[in-house]
Amino acid sequence: MIIASATPEILSVLDRPNSYIGKVVPRPNLERLMQGRGLYVSDMELPRMGHVVFLRSPHAHAKIIGIDASAAKRLPGVIAIVTGKELAAVITPWVGVLSHLKGLKSAAQHAIAIDHVCWQGEAVAAVVATSRALAEDAADIVSVEYEELDPVTDMRTALDPETPVIHASLVDNLAFERNLDAGAVDAAFADSDEVVEADFVFGRHTGVTLEPRAVLADWNAAEARLTIYQGTQAPHMVQNIAALHLGLEESQVRVVCKDVGGSFGIKVHIYADEMATYALSKLLRRPIKFVADRVESFNTDIHARDHRCKGRIGVMRDGRIMAFEIDDLTGIGPYSMYPRTSAIEANQVVNLVGGPYVTKNYRARTRVVFQNKNVTCQYRAVGHPIACSVTEGLVDLAAARIEMDPVEIRRRNLIADDAYPCASPSGLRFEQLSHHAAMNKLMTMMDYESLRAEQAALRVKNVHRGIGIASFIELTNPSAAFYGVGGARISSQDGVAVRLDATGSVICQTSITEQGQGSESLTAQIVGSVLGVSMERVRVILGDTDNTPYGGGTWASRGAGIGGEAALQAAKILRKNILDVAAAILQSSPAELDIANNAIVSASDGSSRIDLNELARIVYFRPDTLPPGIQPELMATRHFVPRQYPFAFTNGVQASWLEVDTDTGFVKLLRHWVVEDCGTIINPQLVDEQIRGGVVQGLGAALFEKCIYDERGQLTNANMADYLVPMSGEMPDIDVGHVVSPTLETELGAKGAGEAGTAGAAAAVANAVNDALKPFGAVITEIPLTPQVILTALGRI
Amino acid sequence: MTAAMSISLDVNGERVDAQVLPRLNLADFLREHLQLTGTHVGCEHGVCGACTVRVNGEIVRSCLMLAVQTHGASVETIEGLSDSGEIADLQAAFRNRNALQCGFCTPGMLMAAQDLLKQDAEPDRKRIREHLSGNYCRCTGYQAIIDAVETAARARLGRRS
Repeated sequence: MIIASATPEILSVLDRPNSYIGKVVPRPNLERLMQGRGLYVSDMELPRMGHVVFLRSPHAHAKIIGIDASAAKRLPGVIAIVTGKELAAVITPWVGVLSHLKGLKSAAQHAIAIDHVCWQGEAVAAVVATSRALAEDAADIVSVEYEELDPVTDMRTALDPETPVIHASLVDNLAFERNLDAGAVDAAFADSDEVVEADFVFGRHTGVTLEPRAVLADWNAAEARLTIYQGTQAPHMVQNIAALHLGLEESQVRVVCKDVGGSFGIKVHIYADEMATYALSKLLRRPIKFVADRVESFNTDIHARDHRCKGRIGVMRDGRIMAFEIDDLTGIGPYSMYPRTSAIEANQVVNLVGGPYVTKNYRARTRVVFQNKNVTCQYRAVGHPIACSVTEGLVDLAAARIEMDPVEIRRRNLIADDAYPCASPSGLRFEQLSHHAAMNKLMTMMDYESLRAEQAALRVKNVHRGIGIASFIELTNPSAAFYGVGGARISSQDGVAVRLDATGSVICQTSITEQGQGSESLTAQIVGSVLGVSMERVRVILGDTDNTPYGGGTWASRGAGIGGEAALQAAKILRKNILDVAAAILQSSPAELDIANNAIVSASDGSSRIDLNELARIVYFRPDTLPPGIQPELMATRHFVPRQYPFAFTNGVQASWLEVDTDTGFVKLLRHWVVEDCGTIINPQLVDEQIRGGVVQGLGAALFEKCIYDERGQLTNANMADYLVPMSGEMPDIDVGHVVSPTLETELGAKGAGEAGTAGAAAAVANAVNDALKPFGAVITEIPLTPQVILTALGRI
Repeated sequence: MTAAMSISLDVNGERVDAQVLPRLNLADFLREHLQLTGTHVGCEHGVCGACTVRVNGEIVRSCLMLAVQTHGASVETIEGLSDSGEIADLQAAFRNRNALQCGFCTPGMLMAAQDLLKQDAEPDRKRIREHLSGNYCRCTGYQAIIDAVETAARARLGRRS
C-alpha cells in the first residue's frame, strides 16, 4: 500500500521513497537475544547485592499470631528477616480503586501482610541473604503461627449473608457492581420470535511469562536515590508509585527496564512483593534482588477471567438480533489490584458484549466479588475473550435455533461498513470498522463452502469436525479515559525525542517500552522513513525514566498508535530543522531540498547535495561557518495522546477448524484464520506475529489453561507440569489477513493489534466444538474445553 | 550442609575448574558462577526448556542436572554455539522470520532446533513441532519458529547437494 510514486510532491510523509512503512524489516537487536547476550533483570548483579525470598502463607485465609525468625537469623549469609510490621516503617499501604469506577472499593494492602493473610501465597516475611539458596534455607526455618479462618472461595456464594466478610471494614464482599440498560430490552425480547439463554463459564488463568517477575532495587543512601531495574511495561508508573509509597520525590526514583521475558499485561501492575523489594533496599541500604520462582509466579502473578456470565439473546426468524442481556459475576481475589484495579475486566465485559452488532437493545449487570484466592487483574485482551465468547456463543445458539447458517446470521446483523462513525449501546464510539469486508475476506481465505462440504462428507465416516466463527471488536490506543480520569497517575500520552548526532546518525528516545512486540523496530521504521535516514542509522532508546520523555509505556495495544505517532511528529520537526540548516549551508531554500538515503538531495531531481554526516559535522564543529543568526536545532521532541476518540476500536473475525474425538474428548486444532483491521500496518510481519501469538494465548485459554483451586482456596496446579500451556506440537498454523481502515485521528493512522488474537480465539474454538458436536445435541458454554468437559457434555462420563 | 566438591569440565571449549556445592544445579552454575546468562531459567522443574544446554553432545535441561554431574564433561551453551558460528544460519532464519519476540525462550529453542537438525536433515513441520514441544514459547504461537527451522534445514540441504 505504500509505494513510491513519480510525483513526490503529493506523497505523505510516510509514502516517501525508500519508506519502511508497510515493509517487512527485521527488528533491531534480535541478534543480542539470539546469542544469549540480552540483559534480563534476572541476569543482573550489583555489588553488595542481597537476594530476597518471601515466606508465603500456606493458608488462603488466616490470622498471623506470631513469627519466630530467631533461628533463621543465625544462619550464615542471612542479612535480615523483615516482617510486614517492620517494613511498614518505610512503605505505606495502598488501596486499588479508581474514581470513575463508581462504588469500587477495596481494603488497604501492605507490602507484606501484617496480621491477616488473604490468599495462599501472600507474603508474611522477607528473608534477605547473600544468595537466593541461603535465603531459601533460612525461610525454611522461620516459624509462623497462624489461626486459620474460613476462606471465601466460591464467587457464587461470596455475597450470601452466611459467608464470612474478608475485610470487615468493607462490610461485605462486593467490590464493584455496574448496571446498564440501553434501548427497550423487555419489549425487544417480547417481540422476538425466539429467545435463547446460556450460562457461560470462564476458567481462571494466568499469563505464564517465561521469565518470572524480577526486580532489582538499589537504594543509594549517599545519593538519596533509588534505582529500580524491573521488567515492567510502564516505567513511569512504577516511578510514581514507588516514590509515593516510599515518601520520596519522583526525581529520587529512576526506573530502568532492559530486556523483558514476556509481559502480556502480567508486568503492567505493581505487586506487593515488588513494593517490598523497593522498601527492603531502602531499609537495608543496599541493592536487593527478587526473582519469583515458578510456583510463586502461579500463586502471585495476576490471574484473569474467572467469570460466570448468564447470557440471553432475542432473535427473529429472519435472523435479526433483537436484544442482548447479560448477568456477569467475577471473583477477583481479596484485593483490587494496584493501581489499575481489578474491576476493569468486568467493566470491559459490560462495554463490549454485542459490540459488533446493530441492535441497540442491551441490558447488562456485572458484579465483582472478593474471595480468598490470588488477585485477578488486566491480562492480554482484558474482558474481550469473555465478551466475545458470550456474544458469539449466543449468536451461534440463536442461529441454530432458527436453523440459519452462522455466517449468514452475522452478515444480517454486523454493523454496515458504511455506517460509521457510530456508537454501541454501551456508549463505545467507533470511528471506522470493517466487519463485512473482514468477513468476506475470511470466507475467501478459508474457502468456507468447501469446508462445509468436507465436514458433511466426514460426518458419515463418524469423523466430527466443526467450524467456528467469531467476530470481535478490540479496544486499542486508550486515551486518558482508561485510567487518568479515575485519578491514576498512569500517562496516556507518549513522547519521542529525535536527534541527529555528529556523524549523521539518529538517536531516538521514546517513552514506549519493548517486550518483544517490536516497539524499537516500529519507532526506527517511522523515524527512518520520515527523515530519509536508513534504519540501521537509527538507534532507539527506551525503558529508562531518566533518559526518555514521560509516557505511558506499552500496554493495551498503544505502542504503535500513540508512541508511533509521537515518533512521526518528532521526526517531522527534526526533518524541517535539518532542511532549514541545509538551505542555509547550500544557499538554497528548504522547499527545494529533501532528505533521502542519508543525504540532503535536490527536491526536483534527487541529486545529492550534501551528506547528513557532513551537515552534522558543520553544525557541531564548524558552526562559525554558518550564516549569522542561524542556530541549528538538531533535536526535536513531540508528544501525542488521542483526544477525539477515547479508544481507537479495531475489528476482526476469526475462524477455527477442528476435530473432536467423541471417544476421548480430545480436540485437535486443524486450522485457524484471522482477519483483522488495525489501520495502517507499519510492519506486516510484526503485526501478523502479534496476531498469531495472541491467538495461541487464546487457544490456551480455550483448551488447557486453568488455575484449579480447591474449596480451601489452595491452588492445586501451581507448576508448569500441571498447568498446561500450548506447546508447539498441538498448535495449528494460523492464516492472517488484513483489512486496512486507518484512523484519521493521527497522521500515521495506526491502531493496535496486540489483543485481537486473544480476543476471539476461544470463541471461535468453542463455536467450532459445538458445531462438531451438533449431531449429539450437546452444547458446551464453558472453557477450558477439557476432555472431561466434552465427555461430560456427551454423557460419556 | 555438605562441603563443596571440586569439578573440572570443558565449557564452550574452555577448561573450567570450580568448587561447587553438591546441590548446585547446572543452570545456576553456568549463570551465577560462570556468568553465562544466555542459559535462562524459566521454571526450575524441567518443563519449559529455557535452560536447555548441550552436555557431551546431547541436549539436557540444565535445571535438572547437578553441576557436580558435569565433572569431566563437555558443556556447550548458547554463547558457545553463537561464537563458533555453528548455528549462525539458524539464527539468521529466526531473525528473518521474526521467530522470537521477548527472546527468553530463544537460546533453549535454538539449542533444541540445532539438536533436531543434527539428527534429521529434512524434518517435516510435524517433526519440527514435535521436537520443539518441550520448549515453551509464550510470545510467538510457534508458527514463525517452525517456519524458521524449516527454512534453515532446507538451506543446509541445499548447501550440501
